Amino acid sequence: MPNKILEKEYLAENVVSMWIEARQIAKKRQPGQFLILRPGERSERIPLTIADVRAKEGAVRLIVQVVGKTTRDLAALEAGEYVRDVAGPLGHPTPIKHYGTVACVGGGIGVAPLLPIARAMKEAGNYVVSIIGARTKGLLILEEDMRAISDELLITTDDGSYVRHGLVTDVLRERLTGKPGIDFAVAIGPVPMMKAVANLTREAGIATIASLNTIMIDGTGMCGGCRVTVGGRVKYTCVDGPEFDAHEVDFDELQRRLNMYRDHELHQLEACKIGLAVR
Amino acid sequence: MAIPRQPMPEQPPEVRRHNFDEVPLGYTEELAIREAQRCLQCKKPACVDGCPVNVAIPQFIEKIVERDFEGALQIILGTNSLPAICGRVCPQETQCEKYCVLAKRGDPVAIGRLERFVADHVRIRLMRGEKAPLPPTAPPPGAPKVAIVGSGPAGLTCAADLLNAGYNVTLFEALHEPGGVLVYGIPEFRLPKAIVKAEIQALVRRGLQIVTNAVIGRLYTIDDLLNEEGYAAVFIGTGAGTPKFLKIPGENLNGVYSANEFLTRVNLMKAYLPDAETPIVRGKRVAVFGAGNTAMDAARTALRIGAEEVYIMYRRSRAEMPARAEEIHHAEEEGVKFEFLVNPVAFYGNERGWLQSVRCERMQLGEPDDSGRRRPVRIAGSEFDTPINVAIVAVGTESNPLIRQTTPDLQVNQWGYIVTDDMGRTSKPRVYAGGDIVTGAATVIEAMGAGKRAARAIISDLQGKG
Repeated sequence: MPNKILEKEYLAENVVSMWIEARQIAKKRQPGQFLILRPGERSERIPLTIADVRAKEGAVRLIVQVVGKTTRDLAALEAGEYVRDVAGPLGHPTPIKHYGTVACVGGGIGVAPLLPIARAMKEAGNYVVSIIGARTKGLLILEEDMRAISDELLITTDDGSYVRHGLVTDVLRERLTGKPGIDFAVAIGPVPMMKAVANLTREAGIATIASLNTIMIDGTGMCGGCRVTVGGRVKYTCVDGPEFDAHEVDFDELQRRLNMYRDHELHQLEACKIGLAVR
Repeated sequence: MAIPRQPMPEQPPEVRRHNFDEVPLGYTEELAIREAQRCLQCKKPACVDGCPVNVAIPQFIEKIVERDFEGALQIILGTNSLPAICGRVCPQETQCEKYCVLAKRGDPVAIGRLERFVADHVRIRLMRGEKAPLPPTAPPPGAPKVAIVGSGPAGLTCAADLLNAGYNVTLFEALHEPGGVLVYGIPEFRLPKAIVKAEIQALVRRGLQIVTNAVIGRLYTIDDLLNEEGYAAVFIGTGAGTPKFLKIPGENLNGVYSANEFLTRVNLMKAYLPDAETPIVRGKRVAVFGAGNTAMDAARTALRIGAEEVYIMYRRSRAEMPARAEEIHHAEEEGVKFEFLVNPVAFYGNERGWLQSVRCERMQLGEPDDSGRRRPVRIAGSEFDTPINVAIVAVGTESNPLIRQTTPDLQVNQWGYIVTDDMGRTSKPRVYAGGDIVTGAATVIEAMGAGKRAARAIISDLQGKG
C-alpha cells in the first residue's frame, strides 16, 4: 500500500524534509535505522535514514538531498500525494548507552541521520558535543534541532559564510583537547569527512562509529550490492550495518563503489532536463 | 510405430540472444495430444513418486488425450497451485520424467511440457475472455489466521494449500512485488513475469491477502505475528540469503556482481528495458563464476543486455556442472563459452576501481571429495589473465540473518539455516519453515514440496488444538 506524504518543507536548497505515513515502521524504528523507498512505479529502490518519528501519528521523517533522478522524483511529490513503496525499518539500531561524553559529527545531509542518534545519546545521559558543518550557510540543516539536544553545538562552514571557516574535522581536532574529554564519537556525512574523522579519533584512541550510505537494492541481505570491507572482511551494510567501527572501514573502496553509477545518473538527469526518453 | 517424443518449438538462438522473450514457445494442441498419447497409463505410476508435490500425472495426461484441457488443469491444481511455473522451471529430467517407464528404453513422456501446455492453454483462454474466471472466494468467517513470510515458491504453495483448507492466509513479502525468486531471480526469457503474476492473482481471487514491503524480523518479529497480530501459525519461507563470494582480491571492484544483484537489477528492477531507472553495468566481456542454473541465467542475461563475449568459468569439468542439461544446452546454443577446470585467483582493476581482468589458474581433477565429485587440484604455474569488464559470481548463498537475529528461540544449524522436522515444524511452537532457508539453495519444486508439507502440518496441528 502506498504511503501518504503528510508534510513537506525545504530545509535548504535541494534538501527536503518529509513526514510520511508509515504506522508500523514508526512504531518499530530505533535510532540509526533506515528504510528503502521507491517514489514511483518505475523508480529505483533507494535507502534513506529515518530522521525522526511521531509514533502516535504513525509518521516517519525523511530528509533528502536531491542528488539524482530518484531523489528528484521524491522531492517533486507534495503533501497529500503518495510514495509508491516504503520498506523498513532496516539495519541494526545504534548502540545507544552511557559512554560519558559523545561527539556527534555530521556533515551536509549527514546531519539528518545524526539527529536521532544525538538525541538518543542525550537521553541516555551522555554529555553531547555536536559538531555540524556544511559547504556554505544555505546548506546547513537542522541547526536548531541539534542545538536543542546538544550540550555543546559547534558549527562550521567550508567557505566561512557562517560561524567559523573550516571543516568539521578542524573543529573536532581542537575540541579533542578540550574538556570534558570525548569518550565516543559518531560520524555521518560524506565519505571523505567520515574518513578524516576516523583518522583523527583513531590517533586519539576514541572509539568511533560511522553510518554508511551505500549502493543498495533489496536492503534485506540478498544482493550483496551494499558490501563494504571492514577490518579486512566483507560486510553487508543492509544486514550487518549501517553502522560500523569507523577505524576499520575501507573508506576509499566505499567511495569508489559509490561512484559506480554516477555516470548513469548524470546521463538520466541530462535526458530528463532536455525532455528526451531516458535510456 | 511408436510416437517419438515431441520437440517443443523454440526461438532460434541467434534471434533470442538479443531479446528477453521466452525461449521455448510451448506445444500446440496437436503436439500436446500426440505427446500425451505416448503415456502408457501405468497402473503404478513411478512418475508420481518422482514429483515432490505428487501431481496425478497419468490422470491429467489422459485428459489431454481426450482434449479435455480444463479437466487436465483441474487434476493438476489438485496438488499443484503453480502449474505454469513448474512446467517451466522444474528439473523434470531428475524428477517425474526420470521414473517414466519409457525412459528405460527411450525418451520419457515430456511431462513438464504437457503440464505447461495445460496451464497456458487455460490461462490464455481466460486472458482472451473465452472463459469466465471462477468467482472470487473468501475464507469462512472466523477462520484461523496464518502468516506466510516470503512469497516465493515455498510460501505460495503453503498459502495455496491453506486457502484450500479454509484458512485465512496473509503473505508478507519484503520486496515491492510478490513472487520471490520467481520475480527477482529467474529471468523473463525463462519464466515470463506475466505468468507469475497470473498464478499469484489466481490465489488472490481465492482470498489470499498479500502485504508487500514487509520485512519480517524488523517490521514485525515472528513473535509479533503470533502474539500481537493474532496469527495462529507462521510459515517462514524467506529463501536465499547473502551471496557467497570467491574470497579473492579485487572482489569489491566496480563491475563485480553477485548473481543475485545482477539478476535482481535486470529482473525485478527491469534494468534491461530502455526506460528503466535502475542502472546496470553492461559489460562487453563478461565472466560468470559457477555452473549452476543461476550461473546459466546470469550468462544468458549478460548476452541479452549487450555483451559480446560471455564466459562461464568453472573449476571442475563439464560432467560436474550442477545446472540442468537444458539450461547448459540453451546457453551453449546462444554462444556462451565454457571454460572448464579454471579457478579465479584475483581480479584486477584500474585506478578508478573498475574491473579490468581476472587471473585464473588451471585445475585438474584429483581424488573424489566429500560430495563424491572429483576434487579440482591446481596446476602450479598455470596462471593466465583474461580481460573482462563485468564479473558475476554465482557460487551460492548463505542464510539470511534477519529472522534468526530477532527470534532467539528459533533453532538454527551452524550455517544459520532453520532446523525443522520432516514436516517443516521448527523448534518454536506454531512456527514452520521450508525452502532455501531450511535446506540452503535448492530448486523451486523442492521449495514447493516443503511448503506443501508444512501446510499439512499446520492444518493437522491447528485442528488438533481446535
